[in-house]
Amino acid sequence: MNNHITHTGENYGLYIVVWLGLVALTLITVALAGFNLLYLTVVTALAIAIVKSLLVVNYFMHVKTDSPVFKIFIGVSVATFIIMVILTFFDLTFRVPIK
Amino acid sequence: MDNNSVAMEIHRDDTGSKMGMWLFLLTELLLFGGMFLLYASYRFIYPENFKVAAERLDITVGTINTIILLTSSLTVALSLAAIRNKQKVFSLYLLMFTILCGGAFLVNKYFEWSTKIHHGIYPKGPEMANLSDGEVLFYGLYYTMTGLHALHVLVGLIFIAIVCYFVYKDKITFDNNQKLENAGLYWHLVDIIWIFLFPLFYLIH
Repeated sequence: MNNHITHTGENYGLYIVVWLGLVALTLITVALAGFNLLYLTVVTALAIAIVKSLLVVNYFMHVKTDSPVFKIFIGVSVATFIIMVILTFFDLTFRVPIK
Repeated sequence: MDNNSVAMEIHRDDTGSKMGMWLFLLTELLLFGGMFLLYASYRFIYPENFKVAAERLDITVGTINTIILLTSSLTVALSLAAIRNKQKVFSLYLLMFTILCGGAFLVNKYFEWSTKIHHGIYPKGPEMANLSDGEVLFYGLYYTMTGLHALHVLVGLIFIAIVCYFVYKDKITFDNNQKLENAGLYWHLVDIIWIFLFPLFYLIH
């Protein structure tokens, strides 16, 4: 069994395009922070951060082209985290304040 | 028995190595995740205090640091591509540039923290007594989370410096570069954490 992986003919252009996208998204978030969007402020900021991290994970960390097992790893961890977030916010929202 | 003539084959499992790295990275995700959860909970309880406290953070420095980290992520990804394309010297230059970027990030962070500390904003600092509960919590989280992140930047820099030495010594080559990829994965994780820290601390208005 050969466990050695050899990649050849890597394309630099794709990485540079992804980087340009990441920088553009950063500037968009900063520009949007100047407007008062009320509740949408945090939603847009997080949405842009999620898009940026998906770019990094898929292209810089090669998850898009790697074995699907890495997508399962990440999916299980992120799902665990989201469950923790949902349960915590149930508690925060419905807890009776201590007098 | 003539065992001496049997050539030794050094076992190497690139996929296994990468899986181990990813499992470690995902524990890091949950470590920072817990802190993000704490941040979200306190921001939910003290939304106004968090806005007031965030106004004292410098958006320009935060933006510059974000772009520095994104660029360093690009160069570490390119260095892996370069070594796979048998361009050892180019790969070395890219790794050194990455180290330079990480250093610049930490220098900016140093000045940013110094300014805050100079103004008396640090745990038990003189200015903290004048702040509301929510603001004190904001700065507590700010120091803890950006501090732990900066520690990760430092570890990443050491990791990349070691990998850089391996490339120089030809221990990492075009067909044996999993160590470089793992160092890159760690560095990208540090970048992703900052991608979330930046808007949550600097851009609340």
